[in-house]
Amino acid sequence: MTIDLTDTTTSAISHALTEARRRLGGMTVGMVLTLIVVTDEEGQYDAIRAANQAAREHPCRVIAVITRRPKADSRLDAEIRVGESSPGETLVLRMYGPLGQHADSVAAPLLVPDCPVVTWWPENPPAIPSKHPLGVLAQRRVTDAATAEAPQEVLLDLARAYQPGDTDFAWTRATPWRSLLAATLDQPHPKLEAGEVRAEENNPTADLIAAWLSLRLGIPVRRLVSAGPGVTGVSFATPDGQIAVSRPDGRTATLAWPGRPDRMVALHRRDTAELLAEELRRLDPDDVYAETLRQLDVRGLDTAGASPGAAGTGGEGTGGEGTGGERVDE
Amino acid sequence: MTVPNAGTRGPAPANPGVIANADSFLNPLRDPRDRRIPRVAGPCVMVMFGVTGDLARKKLMPALYDLANRGLLPPGFSLVGFARRDWENEDFAQITYDAVKEHARTPFRDAVWQQLSEGIRFVPGEFTDDAAFDRLAETVRELDRERGTGGNYAFYLSIPPRFFPVVVQQLKRSGLSDPGTGDGGGRAPWRRVVIEKPFGHDLESARELNDIVDAVFPAHSVFRIDHYLGKETVQNILALRFANEMYEPIWNRGYVDHVQITMSEDIGIGGRAGYYDGIGAARDVIQNHLLQLLALTAMEEPVSFDADSLRQEKEKVLSAVRLPADLATGTARGQYAAGWQGGRQVVGYLEEDGIPPDSRTETYAAVRLTVDTRRWAGVPFYLRTGKRLTRRMTEIALMFQRAPHLPFAATDTKELGQNALVIRVQPDEGVTVRFGSKVPGSAMEVRDVNMDFAYGESFTEASPEAYERLILDVLIGDPPLFPRQEEVELSWRILDPIEQFWAENTKPEQYVAGSPGPASADAMMARDGRAWRRL
Repeated sequence: MTIDLTDTTTSAISHALTEARRRLGGMTVGMVLTLIVVTDEEGQYDAIRAANQAAREHPCRVIAVITRRPKADSRLDAEIRVGESSPGETLVLRMYGPLGQHADSVAAPLLVPDCPVVTWWPENPPAIPSKHPLGVLAQRRVTDAATAEAPQEVLLDLARAYQPGDTDFAWTRATPWRSLLAATLDQPHPKLEAGEVRAEENNPTADLIAAWLSLRLGIPVRRLVSAGPGVTGVSFATPDGQIAVSRPDGRTATLAWPGRPDRMVALHRRDTAELLAEELRRLDPDDVYAETLRQLDVRGLDTAGASPGAAGTGGEGTGGEGTGGERVDE
Repeated sequence: MTVPNAGTRGPAPANPGVIANADSFLNPLRDPRDRRIPRVAGPCVMVMFGVTGDLARKKLMPALYDLANRGLLPPGFSLVGFARRDWENEDFAQITYDAVKEHARTPFRDAVWQQLSEGIRFVPGEFTDDAAFDRLAETVRELDRERGTGGNYAFYLSIPPRFFPVVVQQLKRSGLSDPGTGDGGGRAPWRRVVIEKPFGHDLESARELNDIVDAVFPAHSVFRIDHYLGKETVQNILALRFANEMYEPIWNRGYVDHVQITMSEDIGIGGRAGYYDGIGAARDVIQNHLLQLLALTAMEEPVSFDADSLRQEKEKVLSAVRLPADLATGTARGQYAAGWQGGRQVVGYLEEDGIPPDSRTETYAAVRLTVDTRRWAGVPFYLRTGKRLTRRMTEIALMFQRAPHLPFAATDTKELGQNALVIRVQPDEGVTVRFGSKVPGSAMEVRDVNMDFAYGESFTEASPEAYERLILDVLIGDPPLFPRQEEVELSWRILDPIEQFWAENTKPEQYVAGSPGPASADAMMARDGRAWRRL
């Protein structure tokens, strides 16, 4: 059922929620978290849809915060959806006027008690997520640098502003690639000498993969530009020839290994709901991401790549277990 | 291969397929803190026997597709089917395609199917046909060359146990079971064999069966699938007990009055007459599923969650299980009679197709067991299972003792029962806590209420199917969820005397289809002053 409340207050919203649940037969869903979605009128439909899909795996209360007409008088409108498309509850809060600057005062009383809070900016990441009023409420803050006009610069800014609990879809999108690369290197392999990551321009995911590889493997990794879509390939130079994973079509990857037949593996690009579901699976700080960001910051955006010396990992071949990078930005 | 491993029961050698145990090198891209990266199987071929069966079509093939879809299968993964059918590779691929389309849990993607289908092969033949197995050996070696599967083979024996001897012998004769020494690339290739229950029908036959497999495959490469152990809720028993502080202190005789473990089915034997008759409910369900659930519920905390520690604890507790002194009053068995089940009229067991009218096979079995340990002394474990019962349900219920003193008037707590903690395995997976609460009103009145945690609500949407989890564990070589031969033998030791007593002394009592079971089962509880939980 959907309930519209105009010019309302949080206590009226809470009351209406309780009432709605009671009228639906007292159904209580084991909600495991509150997901705050910071969005606008244009983006809200897609964002809420993705959130509701992710809620199938992680039952949650979705609070969509939309700020409108900052010059108007302060007003709070709420749309409550219970027992519809998702197993949890969805609140769409529209804040007018100066109230928009104090969205946290509206969201805080509506958080599910005892449960963790995640704040998600589907677009337009804030400069410092952990200092954003709605970011302060959350232990996990999810941004998407790829939606910015200058994704790589934005990701670097986010890297510098990083606080434990921050995460970005650019990193989430890297997971299938990282997983495939890790599985590839589970096999005994010749010594890796250098790496290359190819992707379309302005692809922060590729920058993160390159930074991660150079950090973990202690080898120089170059970031090259291709026509896309997304990340199109990762390759390693070895004394025996090239180990390469290429995915020109965004769907199926081919693994080439010196002296062995090429092998294919599905490696599709995931939609927003899947990315969000992955982010909600773990709510503790992602240390590997933090280290990769530091490495990215050290490497900078020099697509010509960094030498292992400059990467600060000592360049000790493939034994670089947990080198941890260096805090340069302190 | 001449590995004289029969009888050697030391710790299993380090499994060559397990990443954590591979001492030769560490993959720097793997980091225990990096929990986004899933475990992915290494290059391998799965050879499946019994591809025409229901299990293969409904569970195994869809599970393989789902694994591929989740990115958990390695590049080049290949599936080889072997059966007595005049099929080409394409026919088998089509069968697999249909099975995947119909039964897979994840959305169908062409790219994923393309990847999978390129590695699908079929070898026609009889199990006794040497030439067919030679062709099979040639086929998998070709796959090694064409698709880089690295000489790693998993053999899935989805076939009746009577065929095990011939198939296992054929695998040995054709050289398929011999992993060889590899190409010097660091790690030797592996061989694994997967077998499904039943693991024999008594202790002796279980040993025979094991000897057959054991003669060719070393113990650590034999994976016995009990799909119950792949279920999330079953694994959650361990999390519930050992990751929390509030349950373990009361998880003992000081607080628990008794434990009920139930697996009831609403269906009859369906088309399984040939298998079921002569086996019965106890061998079919209690020996494996229910005793495994009992072990997980009653065992002590393992020192770690690796396979050996976990199995040690399970074996310890299974070896401490004791039968009732009087098997006549401590067990019950029944056979469903015609009746109405779930709004449909159904026939009785003896009228089912293929069942002899004088069959003494039970379709309902209940036993009262005790666990002779300090933790459980004097706490009975009641196990029951049956077909054509009121509804389908599997659960473990810990029934707690009543409060030693109730500072209320007797009438106030008339409706207060025993506190209970119920782990619902299926359907509607989750955990229920049952406790007394004051009824709103001016009078003091206490009544039982439920506090529910429902997995099924939404978590299951993305959680893997049991077979998915188990197949992946086989391909990775991760054994904790697979019972070892010792556990199988211990369970038969528990069940054999009961079966023998039944065979000699009793005839199963008829119970009406759709009822909660035979009257003797209720009487068994009533003698102890207890009652079964309602189905």
